[in-house]
Amino acid sequence: MFSGLMMNTWITASIVAVIAGMTGFFAVLRGQTFAAHAIPNGAFAGAAGASLLGINVIWGLLVFAVGGALAIGALGGEGRTALRRSRNDVVTALALVLMLGLGALFVSMGSQYAEETYADLFGEVFGISQGEVLPIAALGIVAAAAIAVAFRPLMLTSALPEVAEARGVSTRRADLYFLVVMALATSMTVPVVGALLMFSLMIGPAAAARSVTARPGTALTLSVVIALATVWLSIALSYQTNWPLGFFVGTIGAAFYLIGQAARAVAPHRAVAG
Amino acid sequence: MPLLTLDGIGVRLGGRQVLSDVTFSLEKGDFTGIIGPNGAGKTTLLRVILGLIEPSGGRMLVDGEPLHRKTLRNKNRAAIGYVPQKLVIDQDMPLRARDVVSLGLDGHRLGFGFPSRQRRELVDAALADVGADGYADARVGELSGGEQQRVLVAHALISRPKLLLLDEPLANLDLRSEQEIVTVLGKLAREHEISVLLSAHDMNPLLAVMDRIVYVANGQAASGPTDEVVTSEGLSKLYGHHVDVVRVHGRVLGVAAED
Amino acid sequence: MHYLFEPGLFSSGPVRTALLVGAVVAITSGVIGVFTVLRGQSFAGHSLADVATTGGAGAFLVGLNQFWGFLAAGVAAAAVMEGIGVQRRRGRDVATGVVLGAALGAAALFLYLGTLRTATTGASFTVLFGSIFVISQDTVPALVASGVVALLVVALLARVLLLTSVSPDLARARGVNVRLVGIAYLAALAVSVSLAAVAIGAVLSTALLIGPSATALRITKTPARAMAVSALGGLLATWLGIVLAYDSYYWPPHGHGWPVSFFVVALVLIGYLLSYVRPRAKRVPRSPHEGVECSPA
Repeated sequence: MFSGLMMNTWITASIVAVIAGMTGFFAVLRGQTFAAHAIPNGAFAGAAGASLLGINVIWGLLVFAVGGALAIGALGGEGRTALRRSRNDVVTALALVLMLGLGALFVSMGSQYAEETYADLFGEVFGISQGEVLPIAALGIVAAAAIAVAFRPLMLTSALPEVAEARGVSTRRADLYFLVVMALATSMTVPVVGALLMFSLMIGPAAAARSVTARPGTALTLSVVIALATVWLSIALSYQTNWPLGFFVGTIGAAFYLIGQAARAVAPHRAVAG
Repeated sequence: MPLLTLDGIGVRLGGRQVLSDVTFSLEKGDFTGIIGPNGAGKTTLLRVILGLIEPSGGRMLVDGEPLHRKTLRNKNRAAIGYVPQKLVIDQDMPLRARDVVSLGLDGHRLGFGFPSRQRRELVDAALADVGADGYADARVGELSGGEQQRVLVAHALISRPKLLLLDEPLANLDLRSEQEIVTVLGKLAREHEISVLLSAHDMNPLLAVMDRIVYVANGQAASGPTDEVVTSEGLSKLYGHHVDVVRVHGRVLGVAAED
Repeated sequence: MHYLFEPGLFSSGPVRTALLVGAVVAITSGVIGVFTVLRGQSFAGHSLADVATTGGAGAFLVGLNQFWGFLAAGVAAAAVMEGIGVQRRRGRDVATGVVLGAALGAAALFLYLGTLRTATTGASFTVLFGSIFVISQDTVPALVASGVVALLVVALLARVLLLTSVSPDLARARGVNVRLVGIAYLAALAVSVSLAAVAIGAVLSTALLIGPSATALRITKTPARAMAVSALGGLLATWLGIVLAYDSYYWPPHGHGWPVSFFVVALVLIGYLLSYVRPRAKRVPRSPHEGVECSPA
């Protein structure tokens, strides 16, 4: 399981998990779980399109993922009232579906085999070449740095948008910034975990983490740790059974979430100052 | 010199003149209430002061210096601490009360903000000032409305503002929490010499602490000591139809006459 | 008109079936979608569709017609979602998302195992993106009947459904069993999603559910009119999509044909974007699930 070829898999998947954990933390915090679902699907369309055109898949991924993010950000409107969210949902849903539709088109037009389509949607970690590890690592570092740098403004705009505006921190810009970072993060992961399952990796661990702790820094770290655990377990199990990686990611992610919910129900709720 | 001066401020929104010729000023340590019925323009007025809306006319001065919307980051803006009505969160959000307050120090700066003893002391002090130190480590989404409100006040306080601006702080509180927050705010105004400016649709809970009132109705405002502004003649002039002001058991009631 | 209606279009059996099923799908989705958008449940609707994918994949695995798989999974998921309840919007979204992820993971597994078993490779595509041109004749009555039943249920409950969508508390005060109405609605939604899944694929069914209704709600003034416009819009998009898909056989790359689902989704989105060109009509009240902040002036 730890042979040379598989090392690429372990390394890549770990990078993906770290980024998914960090991005997912904020996606869950800001209630942008739907966008977390839509943007990877955009990446899928991009991968299919790039495959059709015969260019390096990563360009297709980036262009479509970032394009989708910008579209969601622009059309979604500003502000965080319930009405805006409703409209936001509709736009995100339509964008998501359009991406998939485009993906369907590209796949049908191209000579992509069914296995490749399946892999883009559900994940296929095994067989990542050396050449692919570097771009993924590079994108990973960029995404991680982007989140670290914007940690405080993102927290502020999530919890106190009006105050942020009064201080000159544009919530609109913060939204767009975060969506683009999410696009960057997901364009790395579609080849590895699959568009439909990247979502699980972002949401499950992050939701579990925040159920367990109220400290933001700890929740972020825990989110990453749980994502790593999910991915490692999934790779090991997938290797043994030959079953798709996406299945394990989805199931284990859900399991961690349930554990988090259970822990919360059992633990006392109000901590008194020490 | 007055801390904040509004001179002939007018606001036009969506083709409608929402506010015209609003003029008042307040001094350091004043407790001012912006009172008026729903839809009168109270929140609009607050948003103008915060720089979120551009006034269509008039001017605004903080500490004698004019304030423009464009200069959002100038130091006079920083002198105003804003307390929104509530947090946009759900119960599970991983933020403790002290984290929210900590964001008040430097939430707009980039990066992580590493914990330091100095920061922790400042946060503790702010929480103590509002009486929220008992739940500093609690998840903010689980606090009651009144408790959250105090945390929000502490958040605004920690950056040492000269003026504390609150948007309808009493709107969703039960009677006891209402009284508690008014007491906290009154203490801040008197003991820490922070000016307090808040909006409300009922002035009665504030009568004991309010130094002056800005009564907004019909797109216009009248300001001054409560007893001078809230009279039958004064309110009738504002509303444009006859209003009787009645004082009963220490409460003030406005009664519109039947035409 | 020669190039729009290519030769053989109307005499083709599969095309006629597609047009019929497409019509049922579009009208059902269009009407039910209006309530979905009003209730702010676009994400739930989409999640339901994705969970239906699992059912379709499962049906494929055991050799059943995919529609039954979609339907079973859809109804089960609807029941679970109603059970989880409507409080705490973000908490609900996260829970829905996690269930969704697990369901998709299971779908991945079923598709994989099914491919091993039957040695066919196109199943992923049809489950996810629809198979409207290859619907077998004997399933047509079942499809049409399901759609009609779902529409009848919604028609019966229309006023009550509207009330509970806009203000559940008010409905409860009037003695309406909000829970039951919610369940009935979600069941109808599951049927609608399953139908759409057969036509344009589970993953894309959201387009027909949300697109025409969101567009209609932007340009009409009453829910009733919105439902009519939505059904009509969905119908137009679906029929035009079928026609174009048939025509595309003659477009590059030749002899291949573009998928119907792509056309339908694209047309639906174009319709939605066009609604932004006109100024908005007075808005129909939306469900205040998270409490709209009514700040004075």
